[in-house]
Amino acid sequence: MNDPAQLKTTPLHSLHRALGARMVPFAGYDMPVQYPAGIIAEHRHTRSHAGLFDVSHMGQVRIRAANSEAAAAAIEALVPADYRALKPGRQRYGFFTNEAGGILDDLMVAHGGDHFLMVVNASRKDADFAHLQANLPKEVHAALLADRALLALQGPEAVTVIQRHAPETVGMRFMDARAMTVLGTNCFVTRSGYTGEDGFELSVPADQAERLARRLLDEPEVMPIGLGARDSLRLEAGLCLYGNDIDETTTPVEAGIEWAIGKRRRAEGGFPGAKRILAELAEGPKRRRVGLLPQGRSPVRAHSTILDASGVTIGEITSGGFGPSLEAPIAMGYVPTRHARPGEQVSVDLRGKPVVAEISAMPFVQTRYHRD
Amino acid sequence: MSQILYTDEHEWIRIEGDVGTVGITDYAQEQLGDVVFVELPAVGRKVEKGKDMAVVESVKAASEVYAPVTGEIVEANDGLVGEPGTVNADATGAGWFVKIRLTDRSQLEGLMDAAAYKKFVEGLH
Repeated sequence: MNDPAQLKTTPLHSLHRALGARMVPFAGYDMPVQYPAGIIAEHRHTRSHAGLFDVSHMGQVRIRAANSEAAAAAIEALVPADYRALKPGRQRYGFFTNEAGGILDDLMVAHGGDHFLMVVNASRKDADFAHLQANLPKEVHAALLADRALLALQGPEAVTVIQRHAPETVGMRFMDARAMTVLGTNCFVTRSGYTGEDGFELSVPADQAERLARRLLDEPEVMPIGLGARDSLRLEAGLCLYGNDIDETTTPVEAGIEWAIGKRRRAEGGFPGAKRILAELAEGPKRRRVGLLPQGRSPVRAHSTILDASGVTIGEITSGGFGPSLEAPIAMGYVPTRHARPGEQVSVDLRGKPVVAEISAMPFVQTRYHRD
Repeated sequence: MSQILYTDEHEWIRIEGDVGTVGITDYAQEQLGDVVFVELPAVGRKVEKGKDMAVVESVKAASEVYAPVTGEIVEANDGLVGEPGTVNADATGAGWFVKIRLTDRSQLEGLMDAAAYKKFVEGLH
């Protein structure tokens, strides 16, 4: 799987090489972890200007039926978010759940008018597509779009850059979605991302991706950003990484992403795992995903144990690293609900030694989504 | 003239008398990316050739640094604690980790010289 010859590539692979990226295997793809500027510089650039990310490894699935009500209802049978209320031109976060209330993947769904566009994680796209194929009613059609690339332009100056070349983005708010032409290429654009910053994601035809990426990189505000900074940006923003912070053993309520389950869905149920998830919504979960601020300078990594004051193991770190904007180590993990209060002190195992860590509210840095 | 030798774990050691100054190579710092934390052994600690001696943390991951020779730590570069980025900026100079008083000079015979290390790194690609 990690043999370079066996790895898949995105339509921007040769561009990454030309830009001097260090390539690593990720979810079966040969992907840029960083460019010559380095993770910290790329992270900071995205927080202060604009960064361009290749996220073409992610799965893009078009879901279509004779009418959008039927397609929305079919998605709702697998995902507990409210997609019947999603208006054309809007996007909404959700997740596939299993019968035990665990999470099979987290995802975004945009209403494209005559279809829905679902974006899923690279590591899960084949499983997700099989799940859709197996469970969608026969009048609802899903297609995994192999001929599309996905670019993310993120950061406070992303809007300046995109509006310069795509006037139709003017007036878009956070989680708006529109089809339009960007620099002569037909794109499906959403105002969303995975950095905590304002920004856009552009679904583009694969054969146009490199040309468009090069044009965007020519803009003075824009720098290419690798997966390393993508991870540190999302961690500071308190966003979950599937496979680390959420998986089949965690429920949306434990993970603190139950806000995505709309009021009507809570009242009606009708999604996999509803019994457990609705019970946890009513009674509270036994454990919660929390942010942690370890004392000192050393990052604490995923799978480190979390201990209470008497040294008893109470949980595990699921993501941990160094937050370049905070200039401090940050982490996420699960602890019993009674320990989940911000300000509470626990300790984490760092190479066999306990290090004090404070439970922190998330995001660690203020998010700057364009909500109005 | 001092002699610089290299390990296949990408540490360098510069020998002056019976003391070796140890750091990680430029190749190693480049592979690690931005260094954000360095944990050094205490002065007086005995270290053993090939066993972990220090930890270097980049944004992405933690890596062990192994002792290239057996001996005793006689000095640690405490400047790295406040300025871990020095490892990236000057891995083979100001970014040194520790000084070790060698117990057994014959251990140096198994290490690579600059030409052999260069060849070794080229073989990794």
